[in-house]
Amino acid sequence: MAQQAAPVEGTTGGNTPLNERVSAGRVAPAWLRRFMKNGAGVTGLIGVIIVLVMAFAAPLLAPHDPARQYFDGLTDFGDPLPPSERFPLGTDTLGRDLASRILYGARVSLLVGVLANGAAVLLGLIIGVVAGYFRGVTETILMRITDVMTAFPALILAIALAAILRPSLWIVALVIALVNWVWIARAIYAQVLSIGQREFVEAAGALGVGTFRTLFRHILPHLVSTLMVFGTLGISTTVLLEASLSFLGVGVQPPTPSWGGIINESQSYFLDAPWLVAFPGVAIVLTSLSFNLFGEALRDSLDLAERR
Amino acid sequence: MIAYLSQRVLQAAGVLLGVSIITFLLAFLLPADPARMIAGRSATVATVESIREQLGLNRPLPQQYVTYLGNLLKGDFGRSYAQKADVTRIIRSRLAPTLQLALVGILFELLIGLPMGMIAAIKRGTWVDQGVMAFAFVGVSAPQFVVGLLLIYFFAYLIPIFPLGGYGTARHIVLPAIAVGLAGGGWYARVTRSAMIDVLRQGYVRTARAKGVFPSKVVFKHVLKNAVLPVVALVGLDIGVFMGGIVIVESVFGWPGIGQMIWQAIQLVDIPVIMGGVLVTALFVVLGNLLADLVYPALDPRIRYS
Amino acid sequence: MQQVNGRDSDAPRIRGAAWQRVAALLSAALLVGSMAFAQQGGSATVSFQDDISTLDPQVGYDWQNWSIIKTIFDGLMDYVPGTTELVPHLAESYDVSEDGLTYTFNLRQGVLFHNGRELVADDVRYTFERVLDPATQSPGQGFYTTIAGAQEFIDGEADSVAGVEVVDDYTVRITTSEPDASFLHKMGLNFAHIVPQEAVEAAGGDFGHNPVGTGGFMLKEWVLGQRVVLERNPNYFEEGLPYLDEMVFQVGVDPNVAFLRLLQGEVDVLGDGIPSARFTEVMDDPDLSQQVARGEQMQTGYVTINVNMEPFDDVRVRQALNMAINKDRIVRLINNRAVPATQILPPLFESHNADYAGYPYDPEAARELLAEAGYPNGFDTELYAYNVAPNDRIAQAIQADLAEIGVNVALRTQAQSTVIEAGGAGEAPLIWSGGMAWIADYPDPNNFYWPILACASNIPGGWNWARYCNEDLEARAARADTLARADQQEARVAEWRDIFMEIMEEAPWIPIFHELQVSMHSTNVTGPSAIFVDPMHIPVHYEMVRKAE
Repeated sequence: MAQQAAPVEGTTGGNTPLNERVSAGRVAPAWLRRFMKNGAGVTGLIGVIIVLVMAFAAPLLAPHDPARQYFDGLTDFGDPLPPSERFPLGTDTLGRDLASRILYGARVSLLVGVLANGAAVLLGLIIGVVAGYFRGVTETILMRITDVMTAFPALILAIALAAILRPSLWIVALVIALVNWVWIARAIYAQVLSIGQREFVEAAGALGVGTFRTLFRHILPHLVSTLMVFGTLGISTTVLLEASLSFLGVGVQPPTPSWGGIINESQSYFLDAPWLVAFPGVAIVLTSLSFNLFGEALRDSLDLAERR
Repeated sequence: MIAYLSQRVLQAAGVLLGVSIITFLLAFLLPADPARMIAGRSATVATVESIREQLGLNRPLPQQYVTYLGNLLKGDFGRSYAQKADVTRIIRSRLAPTLQLALVGILFELLIGLPMGMIAAIKRGTWVDQGVMAFAFVGVSAPQFVVGLLLIYFFAYLIPIFPLGGYGTARHIVLPAIAVGLAGGGWYARVTRSAMIDVLRQGYVRTARAKGVFPSKVVFKHVLKNAVLPVVALVGLDIGVFMGGIVIVESVFGWPGIGQMIWQAIQLVDIPVIMGGVLVTALFVVLGNLLADLVYPALDPRIRYS
Repeated sequence: MQQVNGRDSDAPRIRGAAWQRVAALLSAALLVGSMAFAQQGGSATVSFQDDISTLDPQVGYDWQNWSIIKTIFDGLMDYVPGTTELVPHLAESYDVSEDGLTYTFNLRQGVLFHNGRELVADDVRYTFERVLDPATQSPGQGFYTTIAGAQEFIDGEADSVAGVEVVDDYTVRITTSEPDASFLHKMGLNFAHIVPQEAVEAAGGDFGHNPVGTGGFMLKEWVLGQRVVLERNPNYFEEGLPYLDEMVFQVGVDPNVAFLRLLQGEVDVLGDGIPSARFTEVMDDPDLSQQVARGEQMQTGYVTINVNMEPFDDVRVRQALNMAINKDRIVRLINNRAVPATQILPPLFESHNADYAGYPYDPEAARELLAEAGYPNGFDTELYAYNVAPNDRIAQAIQADLAEIGVNVALRTQAQSTVIEAGGAGEAPLIWSGGMAWIADYPDPNNFYWPILACASNIPGGWNWARYCNEDLEARAARADTLARADQQEARVAEWRDIFMEIMEEAPWIPIFHELQVSMHSTNVTGPSAIFVDPMHIPVHYEMVRKAE
């Protein structure tokens, strides 16, 4: 039987089969069971938990002090050491233990990747939806602001901020949010333009359904997929962006480790000491991938318009 | 249409004005003295002062901006502080390479990203889908410098198919475009996939499929057009971003693009070059987004502009 | 000139600059002798990461263009290739008056500019007017204000520089307002390289992209942002030079890619040096290590301590900082491409005190000294540094060393221009000078004093970031610089040695290392090792590079 694209108003949640609803009180809620059946989703959840544990329990897990520069952490000629018993993931260009730095680095990277990126996505969502739905002058003003922000020389802003303010992660988060919302805004705007014209939306308007209701129930669900993409893939981009900004002096200053920062300072050593880029790189990929798998599975489990 | 376009042109002027003002302010906000950078480390205070005077840096900021704007309208972008040559000449030497990399780069991004995204959406939930997702994440997470270095090492050094960076022939553009294409392709793959999935869930699509209408027809006629909307948005932005210069790729491959020019100008506090570079970027940002906006109605005829 | 990003360095200790100089002189002599038999021809390619901003000798002052300008233009004086030994160049000979105020230069005859015209004394007059003219915006203007009448010319009160007199077509007489011991060195600086008036004026303000000089190479092609191509000047007055027919300078090349290009034979000289990551690999390879040249530079990397800021106003604190730094470890961080510094002057200088051991590495003693000064628990402060490698690494190493004695340093690694600005404004407590300062412009100790340690440069915007000022030493320095006669030189060298020793007592700096120049060339070119790490024609003395047989 063909199913509707959007939940019909007035029901508890659409199309839960009768037998599940009846037994809802005695077993885990339906969405949770659906989620647990999703192998990828569970894997993602585990990944997210691992990263969170890394961030919170770093002092307990790290074999060394991440800032400690060992004189014998480098070869006689000043090259980093490969993985060994003492340094499980090798050392970096200053003779510091890479494993410890990656563990502690999870904090910065999570903060930036999840929070700053989240803020950017939220801001982009709001602007994109308002511009695409309300049209007219609002649309013009917002989209032209988008143009200005795209051309905006964030690099110069970063350098200026670095010199004027005390370096701090919050400034980095701010700059990232300020700069990255543009992508989400334009993508959302394009979709809202299209969705906003669809029959059911116009019908809802004709029926006198309120603006916010329309936005939440009819338009937002279509945007969730795109938001998910920016929310998860964006983690990787923002982690790397944070590294560039910290390089300019805006964000975390050495010796505070961050995954992007480790990559940044070891890039030219890639052909000779690949572990310095590979391990933090893997950490970044696994983090954003985990969030993505988890998020998608969660959305699928909660999403009642679709059956597998 | 004409009315709409002329409106956009007017707005574009507004955007360029806004960007120029912001950049001008920021450049002067930089606690770095252009006169001192020109004068160098062995100069006396008198020399620095005289240079500052000659460059007009002692005048109030609004006055300097108005002078700059006046010259701009006459087509004069000023002279570089560091090179003492016309900024227009410097920018012109960088335009062609930047444009070429932008076009070919975006092409590669689409060539890599679109098919992957479509396949992943159609084969949703299978290992093909997982594979595409993983690839997308790796592509986006891989630092561009490292990717560039790897590409050069393997395909220009170990197996010398392509040149070791540089600019000139068609062979020179392949590796940089691939480097960009891998990262951007990941984005396009994911965005295409989710947009397509969303469309595939639409009532009318399901109805069509249930009725047994051949999937490919459905896909290519209705689904793609709608799924590609956010992709078009990203391409529009990409044009602007590419034309602003992608410093990392340019520096690894030795590509003489605008990115490197602006980056060095920022180091030297060479304000005329910074302004010129940012304005060129802004122009293409406006153009890119305008093109995207013009394409939307072609894809979804229900979209109209007043 | 400006030092530039990412040039990493290495090598085992070098003993005795004198030894090296003798070797270089011998090679140069052998070279001159064998010039008749040496092969001419061929082309060489040099790679640089940063663009070449200008080839105008009165303006160019950075890593890339300094030696390129020296090949296109000539000055009255120059240095023996590969050494810091000053000899007449465009001048065939010169006389100095008894009172040390007047220099008479006898120019070579028959020297032709690239546009075919013969160089005459009037060109010398024009050049000095150009460097002093405020409209040129020359970074070197300040070097020539000792010429009589220079200040009046700058201020617009005079139409010409009184102290530069054209005696006849081949004789020019320059008078200084007081004896200037480093005057002849200043004649060898790029800023005093001779330019033809008609070419400057024809270029309409862009002489920097249209250079016309008397040097061994002429500009053949310049593709902005990509490459500069020079070709041999057939009329060069030095017989047999240059060896190469053509030199190509590629810009915008990442050092790691440049290295690969060198291995492929596309690049012959790495303008930015061997990338740090490949260094060990190169030195371990029996073939590649043959292509490496190592030499000293007139360079010191140091941390400036702002003597005006608490707690650095206490000399004990500054001395404690000096004892806290493990210089060997830092040198190892840059692949041993430097020599740990005990003092301010590098060993290349005669005034360098080889017997002085400097402050020892003794964190215990440092902690005691800090406690004595009233900081038993250390204190917090900031260290500014240029963010490009390897300076961020070095700054972190310094930070770690200071943490050992309780000094908690917050790092501020930023763009070069902003660090320079903070230093000039006197806002920065500690600054690591790497990537920004200090290479001497000429081999005279006063170049390590006046711009960076003198009371005269302790001004807003000055490069004396330590804000150091000792009036007594200033007077002594000024007097030492008036000892211009040949018989006074020994006394002068000794006086400068003493001055720098006294400065070390007051410890306004932590001298950390003297960088070595380590350069790599392909098997396609050859020449005496010293010319690939020329201390004056930095980095390479291009006219002396030969095609390998």
